[in-house]
Amino acid sequence: MTVVPPSVVPQPVVPQSGSRLRWAAADGLTLTGRYLSHLRRQPELLVNAIGFPILMVIIFVYLFGGMMAVPGGGDYRSALLPGLFAMTMLFGISSTMVAVVTDAQRGITDRFRSMPMSSSAVLLGRAAADMLISTIALAALLLAGLAVGWRAHNGLWPALGAVGLLLLLRFSLLWVGIYLGLIVRGPGAVTAVQTLEFPVAFLSGLFVAPASMPVVVSTIAEWNPLSATAAAARELFGNSGWGGDSWIAQHAVLAAVLWPLLILTVFAPLSVRRYREMSR
Amino acid sequence: MTTAVLADALGKRYPGSDTPALDGFDLTVPAGTVHGLLGPNGAGKTTAVSILTTLLRPDGGRAEIDGIDVVRDPHGVRRRIGLVGQSAALDEILDGRRNLLLFGRLFHLSHADAGRRADELLERFGLADTGARPVAKYSGGMRRRLDLAVGMILAPAVLFLDEPTTGLDPRGRAEVWHALRALVAGGTTVLLTTQYLDEADQLADRISVMGGRGEGRVIAEGTPDALRSRIGGDRLELVVRHAADLGRAATLIGRVAGARPELDPDARRVGAPVTDRMAALAATVAALGAEGIEAEDLTVRRPTLDEVFLQLTEVPA
Repeated sequence: MTVVPPSVVPQPVVPQSGSRLRWAAADGLTLTGRYLSHLRRQPELLVNAIGFPILMVIIFVYLFGGMMAVPGGGDYRSALLPGLFAMTMLFGISSTMVAVVTDAQRGITDRFRSMPMSSSAVLLGRAAADMLISTIALAALLLAGLAVGWRAHNGLWPALGAVGLLLLLRFSLLWVGIYLGLIVRGPGAVTAVQTLEFPVAFLSGLFVAPASMPVVVSTIAEWNPLSATAAAARELFGNSGWGGDSWIAQHAVLAAVLWPLLILTVFAPLSVRRYREMSR
Repeated sequence: MTTAVLADALGKRYPGSDTPALDGFDLTVPAGTVHGLLGPNGAGKTTAVSILTTLLRPDGGRAEIDGIDVVRDPHGVRRRIGLVGQSAALDEILDGRRNLLLFGRLFHLSHADAGRRADELLERFGLADTGARPVAKYSGGMRRRLDLAVGMILAPAVLFLDEPTTGLDPRGRAEVWHALRALVAGGTTVLLTTQYLDEADQLADRISVMGGRGEGRVIAEGTPDALRSRIGGDRLELVVRHAADLGRAATLIGRVAGARPELDPDARRVGAPVTDRMAALAATVAALGAEGIEAEDLTVRRPTLDEVFLQLTEVPA
């Protein structure tokens, strides 16, 4: 039997004490730091998060843009960019989900759960890191928009309000991603969600006016949470929009607050409960 | 001696399953010992470990770690255990030291303590020279060793190892065994699950054998030696040079052993269980000379744990 030299026999280490709340914050911060050091070591993660939406800007502005028209004669490019911003927030669902599924599959989630750390910190750390990444991605996309001629016309505060609503949407959808990541097994489900993001994005008022669609489809598109956020962002940025007579088209900003809050109210508690009761 | 791990009539049935994963599972592990939990795939080993490490709630029974109830005070239990699960639960993108720092901070060590501990453990598990290499580029054995190091950050009262060498090549396995032996020499209480009998035999002070799928409980418990002797002690085996002698050899062995001999004609081998190994060996050698039977090989051996296992898990006819 190998005998370990006394010098390397572990000295007992004493964990620090502190309140639950303090540790929830500290552990969450530690985990946010973990995800950020992933970005430092694998910058391609960020390239994916930013590159794809920028590609969409190019495709929609230069390939489809010429054929698209805004009812009432507004500038399509002006209406399009807020749609792309909202779409980028939607596509965050699968990237959150991938991160959650990967940790679960590697057994890291189980290790966290077997440790004397705050359980909410695991989800909060994920959420904070994803919000940070999304903010960077949105900033890059805003710059890309400015580069292709899109402008915010109503001044700084309404523009910040639009950014806030977009991030609120991302924050609510993030919990959808966490929840899906916690309930699925295996990468097949991730692919399914990634595929489903497209119809959700297109069945909305992100790219074309719902009024141009058949009535059933148009109703779904108008009530799509993404449409509300995109319409609100257009309003606040002072961009051309689709208009519309429905309640939700008339109250875009209110809807862009209510929809994410509703999603959040459903999925955040579901995620926390699912995490606490994970019994794989 | 204090009890590090106690399980009393644990029961667990997964939703939608007709057979229980655990049913009347009992286990006692004294502090400072290594206990092997042995069983085939699906026997319920991982379920038992999951309950003991607070990952899963039992449907019935009770379990304590270091005297702390796993259901009533999971947080207290988590402060006293290390878990090394089936897959190496490491951050693949980070290097070894950063993994140890991350988990050290999550174990609520101060920054300085976490750093000191990380260096100590890297040294101890032979990973001090891995530098900034991300875990994704580690070999299987290195991952497992780092995994063990993470499990040891708090110098836990009980370290749980769920199939620590499953999926490793022989070299990786040897590395992990080496690291485990060092841990054990340091006095850590270890509960080790394994499908490999030699692993339990090599590392464990005592072994609990679990029944097959659906049984969900321990069907035999004891030291590796005691388990062997429980199923009939040692075996005498004779291989004769000429197949023609096999009949006479069988009679001879039967007489010496006082038991029914078992024949393997293809290997020209005859064997029987014996109680007094040395007396049986001497008597066989003398009788072989007297009868003029040429022997190619004569051994007295302990049954392998595989044989023990088969015998214990066999459904009685």
